[in-house]
Amino acid sequence: MESTAIKTEEYFITKEPFYQPVADEVEIFEAAYQQKLPVLLKGPTGCGKTRFMEHMAWRLKKPLITVSCHDDLTASDLVGRYLIQGGSTTWVDGPLARAVRAGAICYLDEIVEARKDTMVVIHPLADDRRVLPMEKLGEVLEAKADFCLSISYNPGYQSVLKDLKQSTRQRFIALEFDYPSADIETEIIAKETGIEQSTAADLVKFANMTRNLKGSGLEEGSSTRLLVHAAKLMHSGISPTTACHTAISQALTDDHDMLIAVNELCSSIF
Amino acid sequence: MSSKLPLSSDEILKRLDIYLDVEFTFYQNEKHADVLAQLPLDRQKYLLAWIRRTASTHHELGYQFMMHSIDILNELDEEIIETWALHAMDVYDIKGLYPSLEVIRNVNDFLELAHEKEAGSVLEEESGILLHFAHGLAGRKLKLEQSEQAYTDTETIFLPAIEARLADKKQNFSLYKVMVAYMWAQARFGSYRVKLSTEAGRSANPEKFLSLFHAVETLRLEHCLARELPGLYRQMKQVKQQLNDQPLSAQWQEISELLSAEASTVNDSLDIVKKNIEILNAYKPFCYQGELNPEIAEKIMQARLDEEKKQLKNILRKLQEDLKDSKEAQSLEDAQSDGKFELKDIQEQNSLQDFKVEITLDDQPIAPPEDAKNLLSSILQDLGEIPEEYLVAAGDGEYDPSYFEEKEEDPDEVWKGTYHEDGAFLYNEWDFKRQNYRKNWCAVREQVIKPIHDNFVVNTMEKHGSLIKHLRKTFEAMRDENQLLKRQTNGDEIDIDAYVEALADAKDGSEMTERLYMQMKRTERNIAVCFMVDMSGSTKGWINDAEREALILLCESLESLGDRYAIYGFSGMARKRCEIYTIKEFGEMYDEEIKARISGIQPKDYTRMGFAIRHLNKKLLDIEAKTRILITISDGKPDDYDSYRGEYGIEDTRRALVETRREGIHPYCITIDREAKDYLPHMYGAAAYTVLDEIRELPLKVSDIYRRLTT
Repeated sequence: MESTAIKTEEYFITKEPFYQPVADEVEIFEAAYQQKLPVLLKGPTGCGKTRFMEHMAWRLKKPLITVSCHDDLTASDLVGRYLIQGGSTTWVDGPLARAVRAGAICYLDEIVEARKDTMVVIHPLADDRRVLPMEKLGEVLEAKADFCLSISYNPGYQSVLKDLKQSTRQRFIALEFDYPSADIETEIIAKETGIEQSTAADLVKFANMTRNLKGSGLEEGSSTRLLVHAAKLMHSGISPTTACHTAISQALTDDHDMLIAVNELCSSIF
Repeated sequence: MSSKLPLSSDEILKRLDIYLDVEFTFYQNEKHADVLAQLPLDRQKYLLAWIRRTASTHHELGYQFMMHSIDILNELDEEIIETWALHAMDVYDIKGLYPSLEVIRNVNDFLELAHEKEAGSVLEEESGILLHFAHGLAGRKLKLEQSEQAYTDTETIFLPAIEARLADKKQNFSLYKVMVAYMWAQARFGSYRVKLSTEAGRSANPEKFLSLFHAVETLRLEHCLARELPGLYRQMKQVKQQLNDQPLSAQWQEISELLSAEASTVNDSLDIVKKNIEILNAYKPFCYQGELNPEIAEKIMQARLDEEKKQLKNILRKLQEDLKDSKEAQSLEDAQSDGKFELKDIQEQNSLQDFKVEITLDDQPIAPPEDAKNLLSSILQDLGEIPEEYLVAAGDGEYDPSYFEEKEEDPDEVWKGTYHEDGAFLYNEWDFKRQNYRKNWCAVREQVIKPIHDNFVVNTMEKHGSLIKHLRKTFEAMRDENQLLKRQTNGDEIDIDAYVEALADAKDGSEMTERLYMQMKRTERNIAVCFMVDMSGSTKGWINDAEREALILLCESLESLGDRYAIYGFSGMARKRCEIYTIKEFGEMYDEEIKARISGIQPKDYTRMGFAIRHLNKKLLDIEAKTRILITISDGKPDDYDSYRGEYGIEDTRRALVETRREGIHPYCITIDREAKDYLPHMYGAAAYTVLDEIRELPLKVSDIYRRLTT
């Protein structure tokens, strides 16, 4: 199939992304959306935050604009800037401004990674004013009724320096995500990849072993995303141990002893 | 060619006499020198070098090494001789002279050991992996220790030091792994949930009872392992086959069948033993099953349960009070409660999943804190249930708020006991004569300086008032700054000047530049610096005053700069009493307390430097920073009252600094020792130190040096 370029604000998710609700997060998000409240997703990496956003965008039938924040992301990267075209300057909206104009869902992934001045830009959008000041244009952009702001944040691994400021976090409804319980996680992996239920259960067992090691040698246990990767490899015929080595162990650590230990744990199960 | 001739007997004797200090030790070396003279030159040199190295540890060790090594020189390759000598020296460090001489004398034992080491798996080498492995399996975090026999006391898994029953390293490692998993299964699947020693005591033949129980329970655990860790179970079977474990008799197979259900517990095993003790004999133990030590395990378990019960009750009490408080805060009417905790939904049992527990208080589900969850799951693991008495919040008499404070041992306490290394950080030390580390040689403890609230700080600020003002200004100028970069190819804003020029250029017909944007660039300093201050006895008086003044000025400067910094003092007396004095940690604010600690810096004992450098390296590595600096402020060369004096101390310090640089930390030294030029370049490198001529200069210079160092 040819790949096609679509403008971000016109990018609708048409096929239902698989998402297995763990609690009442879907209802809460919907209610927050109706009430025009911004949402903060907390949780470790790979536990389904981004997938949840895709699912919600599909459910609410709104375009989803995702910005992955990095430490060089500036306010103008979000709001927009003047560019030179031919002999004159033109204003180009950034992704946040596009979302505000189009009434889309704007999802700022790993918001704490961005530079501190960036955070302040979203403040007027995240309270009852719901406006985006565009200083360089001398304009204030009012958000459309169906615009929605959501940010994500991993309280686990960031350094203290990158903690989310109170003035920011107190503007949001917070949804906490964690790795789902063993049964649900098995279900997710089986549905997402098509491997057998029993193999998926073994994978989850292995994941829980690595999660036991969190804090005593591993920074983070295996995420659901890694399990899905391993399961996909297995689905295309790679042996379970190889799939786990490449998709999980190697992704978790570089430490020699730890690698061997994790691989041994894996071969204890399969 | 003449230089290739072997050394003569006389030449060798001369050297041996020096190495072995015959002036004092009166060894008779003539005969040995004659034997050595027969060897080719390279062998002579090799042996002489190693005699010298071993003799540097102890003369007798060197002498014995010489006598024995000559005999075996032709049989062994050099690598084995080296490990043999190093092993003997390590034994000397840990156990003393006589055991180390044993190692030298019983070279054959060592050779056997060496052979085992070659094919065998050594616990010391594999324990890192095995420990991770054991922690990955669910349940209580077990420890690993070395012991003659393999067994577990439900808290620690004991394993033999070397496992060499199988042909190669890899297989022997598998055997270790299988043993760990089996011992873990004993703790996890509740082999000790029955009071084994009592049960055995009731039997007519306790010994047979125990061995029979061990055999039956092992079969049950094998079923558990086969169910939960099929991969491991396959390896288990493999290992058993390789070591010729007998297949089960028909009678035993039947028994195994009885225990195959997921629901079977240790009580089923016990029943089988009781019923069949007359007619059944235990099979030959499997290669991995080790021993059963019910007395030890029961003692450990009881002690743990008592402790956990107390902790749990305390936590519940706190939980109860917190809930009450919050209810009262919401002025709810049912603030009165009878405070009954109940347990719901115990999801056991013989599966790998962690125990899931839900507690309710007066029928309201509550979320137990993480430590309570761990306690509950540990108790469940031991008892298979949570008895009701555990779920009663602690009464006034039992309540002990200290459970919620972190327990810290008083560093001085350990000196009252016999075991002086308890709770200390252990660091290696470099022995340059031996060309190797002395392992875990220095016992390092952190002490807190007793703050003294006096006028010292105020006086210093007054004395150096104008200097402080000047320093603050200079340091403020070094802070992070935003820099506006003009004429960039991309950026946040248009550079109007550049644009106008470019338009003019375009009209003019010349090429239009692409550099039309401005970019805001932030330069982050991101520096962490650790100051290591000499607190040895020789700093008494002037120097101590100057050091303290320097630290005050430094703190004032650094506070205006915003770099992260920590200050530690160091001193020591011999290797077992190395002390680091915390003056300011990285996370601490520069406040009255810190000022009083600086004021409280007092001269202590000697200048042992290696351990301090190694310890502070570790501290620096814990801090996230782009640039890490370790600055030593000292008044003289390394020195301690044992062998640390002279070259040994300098070489160890140099080695510690090599380690520092290897970790990516920049070491620097500021000293007032005028002779420092003789040894500092050797230790710190040519450009990494400053010698001050006058003590008076110290306060003025330290901040200045820091500024130069970091810009």
